[in-house]
Formats: sequence, structure tokens, C-alpha cells
Amino acid sequence: MDKADSRKLSAPGIPRSRAEAVNDAEQRKLYAKREPVYPKLVSGPFRAFKWAFMAFALGVYYFLPFLRWDRGPDAPDQAVLVDFGASRFYFFWIEIWPQEVYYITGLLIMAALALFLATALFGRVWCGYACPQTVWTDLFIAVERAFEGDRNARIRLDRAPWTAEKIARKSGKHAVWLAIAAATGGAWILYFHDAFDLLANFFTGQAAISAYVFFGLLTFTTYTLAGTMREQVCIYMCPWPRIQAAMTDNEALNVTYRTDRGEPRGPHKKGASWEGRGDCIDCKACVAACPMGIDIRNGAQLECIGCALCIDACDDIMVKVERPKGLIAYDTDDNVARRLRGEKPRYRFLRTRVLVYAVALFATAAVMLGTYAMRTTLDVNVLRDRNPNFVTLSDGSVRNGYTVKVLNMTHETRGLELSVEGPADIAIRVLAAREDAPLTLAAPPDRTTDFRVYLTLPREAAAAAHSFPLTFQVRDLETGETARAAATFQTGAPR
Amino acid sequence: MAARKANPKPGTGKMADKREIDEHSGAETTGHEWDGVKELDTPLPRWWLWIFYATIIWSIGYMILYPAWPAPPGMQGYTPGVLGHSDRVNVAAEMANLEAERAEGYARLVGATYADIESDPVLFRFALAAGRSAFGDNCATCHGVGAQGFRGYPNLNDDVWLWGGTFDDITQTIRYGIRSSHSGARFSQMPAFGRDQLLSRDEIRDLTQYVLDLSGREADQDAVVRAAPVYQAQCAACHGVEGRGDRSQGAPDLTIDNWLYGGSRDEIYNSIWRGPYGVMPHFDGRMDDGMIAALAVYVFALGGGEDSPPRDETPPAEG
Repeated sequence: MDKADSRKLSAPGIPRSRAEAVNDAEQRKLYAKREPVYPKLVSGPFRAFKWAFMAFALGVYYFLPFLRWDRGPDAPDQAVLVDFGASRFYFFWIEIWPQEVYYITGLLIMAALALFLATALFGRVWCGYACPQTVWTDLFIAVERAFEGDRNARIRLDRAPWTAEKIARKSGKHAVWLAIAAATGGAWILYFHDAFDLLANFFTGQAAISAYVFFGLLTFTTYTLAGTMREQVCIYMCPWPRIQAAMTDNEALNVTYRTDRGEPRGPHKKGASWEGRGDCIDCKACVAACPMGIDIRNGAQLECIGCALCIDACDDIMVKVERPKGLIAYDTDDNVARRLRGEKPRYRFLRTRVLVYAVALFATAAVMLGTYAMRTTLDVNVLRDRNPNFVTLSDGSVRNGYTVKVLNMTHETRGLELSVEGPADIAIRVLAAREDAPLTLAAPPDRTTDFRVYLTLPREAAAAAHSFPLTFQVRDLETGETARAAATFQTGAPR
Repeated sequence: MAARKANPKPGTGKMADKREIDEHSGAETTGHEWDGVKELDTPLPRWWLWIFYATIIWSIGYMILYPAWPAPPGMQGYTPGVLGHSDRVNVAAEMANLEAERAEGYARLVGATYADIESDPVLFRFALAAGRSAFGDNCATCHGVGAQGFRGYPNLNDDVWLWGGTFDDITQTIRYGIRSSHSGARFSQMPAFGRDQLLSRDEIRDLTQYVLDLSGREADQDAVVRAAPVYQAQCAACHGVEGRGDRSQGAPDLTIDNWLYGGSRDEIYNSIWRGPYGVMPHFDGRMDDGMIAALAVYVFALGGGEDSPPRDETPPAEG
């Protein structure tokens, strides 16, 4: 772009930005170095919402580990904790054991379906507002702006020779970036160990080596992904822009440049008529504001994360040239086409794909809730000894050995009554258990406990069949909660 | 490989003279061309190069810090590295730690009764786990991994014990062995009645019928009558007048259907003929008292352990 052209005004008082959409598919070369993007600060409702959401999301991320939740004396009191050592996942009132990982699977399925649903309705709102890559990049750009100024100042600084001031500004920026990255990595590890305990140990060098490794990893990735890679992560690394094409359609709301209203674009002179031309004065404010380095006026594209900052940028200009806002707005491709045909725009939210996603989402949620409501805190598993398969005693009676695993998922020791349904005259003996009737087991809290159980069948009964089906049952003496497990008794008699 | 063609453009000279820019990719070519296809001189991605250089630097640091290169045997066979890292030393230290952690448990097992151990769930589980491990290392070779036994090697799960099934009996058997080289070993010997020509073949054949009869099976009653005096003279001293065996001599009960060397007619005949001489090694001196106790708990808890009579003030005599 030559200088004379760039000095042109797009409209009275509105200089034309020199911004170029460096990441437009046509502009981008296959083997090109990254062209830096210098997003210009905008103000408006979307920018305000993004600031608010950033504060909320980062607040949750950094402070959630410090939230306490009382679970009694023998359990951690951290509200959200992934305890790999004790193999438990704590989430407020929910406590998940490793074999219940399907709850996590269900949550992931729900998250995916919610993502599909949101995309079908409002385009890439996840990418634009909630994705960690967007949130932290936004934060890092704000830090950059604080040290190096807004777009034009940053461009000038990058082109300027290295002076003491430039070094000071650059190193200040990187120092704050590193501090944020370290806080991010530091908060991450707090989800895997008691936060206060780990914080104390971390700074005295007493924490586990894995804590330092993951702290370093997350610090590094935060610094590079949000600081130096930014939009390249979305364009080259993330699969979602590719998948998104299947999730959206012509009637999904997307950040859209209304071609019908904007074209033909061109500079506007004071007092000139708006008749016969579009509202776009080609000031490139939208391009200058774009953190992805694209031109939204080229239509929906893979690189657009739907952050809506171009809407704020354009509305600002539209107010200045006294045209209605919303030249760039959340709209659908379908509506642009309808207006071009002279029809009224229409917004249909109840589309087939929206309904399918919504039904799938609520069905998954219902299944999850149902499963959780019926979740038991007592379980029993029985492993029959295979070697020896059975033991014949001196009087001809036959004994089988079993390992009975009792899961007590509560935080109290429970008294359990063990009973076996099977042949009538079967005798039960539990190793190291009180042998008074009813046969009681003490199941320690919050763990699986093995009991050795021997069942003996007299000679005549054992000779009657090759094997007998059995059911082991444990019953909580206080609550009456029961758990059952099937097993067999092998006699060694011919089949 | 196809021969390299001369550059068709006139005036461009030899390939080394001028770098050529590929018009599609904008990258330089190497000037090499095969059948009209030119090789691009695309540089390696810089991130790849940087990682490559970083790994080189890393390897240098690693070679200085850790054992890396072979060296003459005089230098212990390798360059040790300035950190003095040695997996062998680490393993030895970890093993020592482990033993120190277990020492308390073993110490509590020594001299304890089975009832004492069983009444303490933590100690009991410790003893079972330690005993299972010791059993796998030392006993499973003969008795089987499930202690199910084989011919000549008793099943330890059942309630049949040659030398007694109380906790103390089991402990003593493990410590001193049976017919082992230890001076305190349990010892007895059944004569090889046939091989040593103490009895005739016919007498042994009759005795076989007598033993079959003792265990409640079909037998030739004439032979049983003929063998009765021979049994009382030759066998009753150890196996008992009624054939119920004698644990003080390790003599098996002949009235139950449980046979260490087989219970068929031929197998019983063979046992009388040759006089079985089963040996179990002693573990005194090979295992410390704590591990012997843990092993005894494990064997006892396999299901056949017998309740001990109340202990006397005097400890059981050794041997």
C-alpha cells in the first residue's frame, strides 16, 4: 500500500487504517514467516462483556483451588480436587472413585454436545469468549498494550532500533507475561494436591517433583501459546475451526459483515449522498481490531474466532458517520442473501440440528442425573480361588475359598452383615472376623477392604452337583443398604 | 536414476552460477532437475532446528552429569558423571528403606501367637501379604503357587497334617524342616519293606488290601485277615492300632481318603515296598524369625490351621 493512499480519509475525521488482513487465506503464503498482528483496542458492549467474562473465568481458575468444602475428618476439604495418590476426584458434594470414571465421560459428552448446540445457535461463541486460548491471549495482549501502547505505537516500537526504552518496555512485558504464565501453571497443580499445603511446600522446595514439572510445563505453554503464538494456535493447531464447518449452517448466528448493506464500499466525502453506495467507508477499523489478522468483510472463514471485536470497532465508526450501527453484527448468511433478494430477514432457532443437539444434551444429562441419584456407597465383589479350585477335607466335605472385596464409599466405618445364598447346609467362615451370628464385617471408611471367606459343604451335599450358584450379600446393619455379588461353588464332583 | 538434463533455458549457465526461484512456492531450488521436476531448497522449519540444537546441548549436559561413555575397567568401566548417579545404589537404598519400613511389622510377629496376630487387622494383613510373598519365593516350587500340593508334596489348604496343624507346629516345621540337614529337623523313617526284603511280596500284597480296608474301600477280606497280624507287628507302632496315624512321628492317618503318594492299590503297594522318605528343607538361618512367623500365618490362614491348645509356661522343646 503506498503512502498517499494510506493517508486518505475514509470519511471526514476518520483516517483509513493501514491494517492488512495478513491471515486472509489469499494473503497467506505456504512457507511464510508469521506476520505479526497488532490488534487495536476497541470499546463497546462486546469488548466490555469480554473483559467481564475474562475476569470471571480467570477468577474461577485461579481461586477455585482455595475454596473449601467440609467432608469430615478423614477426607480432604478442598472443594475441587483430583487426588491421584488416593485415586479420588472431589467436586463439591460429588466424590468419584476410579471405576466411576463414566461420570467424567458423561460430563465430557455433555460438554461436547453443549459446544455443538452453542455453535449451531450462535456460531463460535466458545472460541470467541470462553476458550482458554482466547482468554489468555486477550489478557496477554492487554499486558502488551499496557507496556507498548496501542496498535500504532506497537508497530512503531517493533520497527524502531533497539534503545534502552524499547528494551525496558519489551522486557517489562515479557516479565509480566512470565508472571501470569507462572501463576497459571501454579494454579493448575493446586487442583491435584491440597492447595494451601502445596503452596507452602512449593516455595520451600518440598513439593513433589511432578508438581514442579507440571508447573514448568504449564508456565511454558501459557507463555508461548498466549504470548508468542496466539492466533497461530487457532489457525494451525486447533481442530475446532475445521470441525466447526460441520456444526454450523446458513442459519446460525455468526459475526457477519452485512454485504447487502455495506457494498459497494468506498471513502465517503462530507456532505456526499449515501444513495447508491454501501455504508462501508473502507476505513479498515474492523481489520485493525481483529486479533486473528483477517478481514471479516471477506465472509465467514476458518480463521474467524467470532470474538465480535470488529462489531464494536465498526459500530464506533458508524456512529461517527451517522449511519445505523450493525454493519457488522451477529447475523446469518441466509439473512444476508434474503435481504439481497428483497425479503425480510428471519431468525429460526428451532432447526433440526438444534433440536437434535438439545435432545441429545438433555438425554445425556438425564442419564447422568439418574445414575448419580441411584449411586450406591456400598459394593461387593467376589473372587473365587482358582488355585486350588476346591479343597477336599479329611471327612470328605469340600471347601472353596473366596476373596470378598467390600467397597465402603462413605467416610465412616460400617458394620456389615455377610450372608450367602446357596445350598442350605453351607458353612461360612471369615478369616479374622468375629464368628458370632449374624456374621459381621467391619468395613473401614473410604476404601476397598479384602476379606477371606471359606465356604464348606458337607460330603453328601457336595456330591450332588459339579457346581452351585451362590450370591454373596453384605447388608449395612444401620442403614440396611445392601450389595450383592454372584459367585459359584465348585465341588469337583463329575459333571 | 534419470540423467540430469541440461537447463533448457538459454543463457542461464551452469546450475551453480545462479539460484533459481520456484514461481509456485517462492522458494529457491537446488538447481537439481529430474525429468522436469526441480528440487526445492526448502529450509528446515526453524522450530525443528531449534529443538535439534536444544537436544544437542541437553546431551552434552547429560554426558557431564550422568554415566555416559564406556571407559577402561580401571575407571569402573564407564564415565560416572559428576552427579555420581547410580541406579544400582538407588535400588539398594530403596530396598534398605523398604526393609526398615517392614522391620517393625516383622518384629511384632516374632513370638506372637496366632490369636494375637489375628486380633490386630493391620498386623494380620501385613503377615498375610509378607507370607504370601515368602511362600511364592520359597515354597511354591514344591507345594504349588496355591499350596495345592503335588504327589509327595502335601496340600497345605486341607485339614490333613502329618506333623500337626497348629500355628506352633507349622512354625516348627518351617523352621527346622522334615528329614532336613538341620539337627532339629522333624524325623521319622518308614522302612522300605519290599526293597529291604523285610516282608515278602505276598505279605505286602495282603497289607495293601488291609490299608484299602482301613480307608473304607473294597478289599479282599481273606487278605485283610491274613495281613492283620503283620500290620500290628510292623505298622501299628507308628500308624496306630486302628490306623489313625501319629503326628509325633509324622505317620499319616490311613483311615481317611487322603494320600500323599497316591491311594490306588498299586500306589499303596509301592509305598509299602519302597518306604517314602519325603524331605522338606529347613528355613532356619535362611529366613529371619519374623518372616518365618509371617509364612506360618499365611499357611495357617490357607484354611486348614488348627486351634492351638493353651500355651504352657515353658516354650515348646526345639527339635
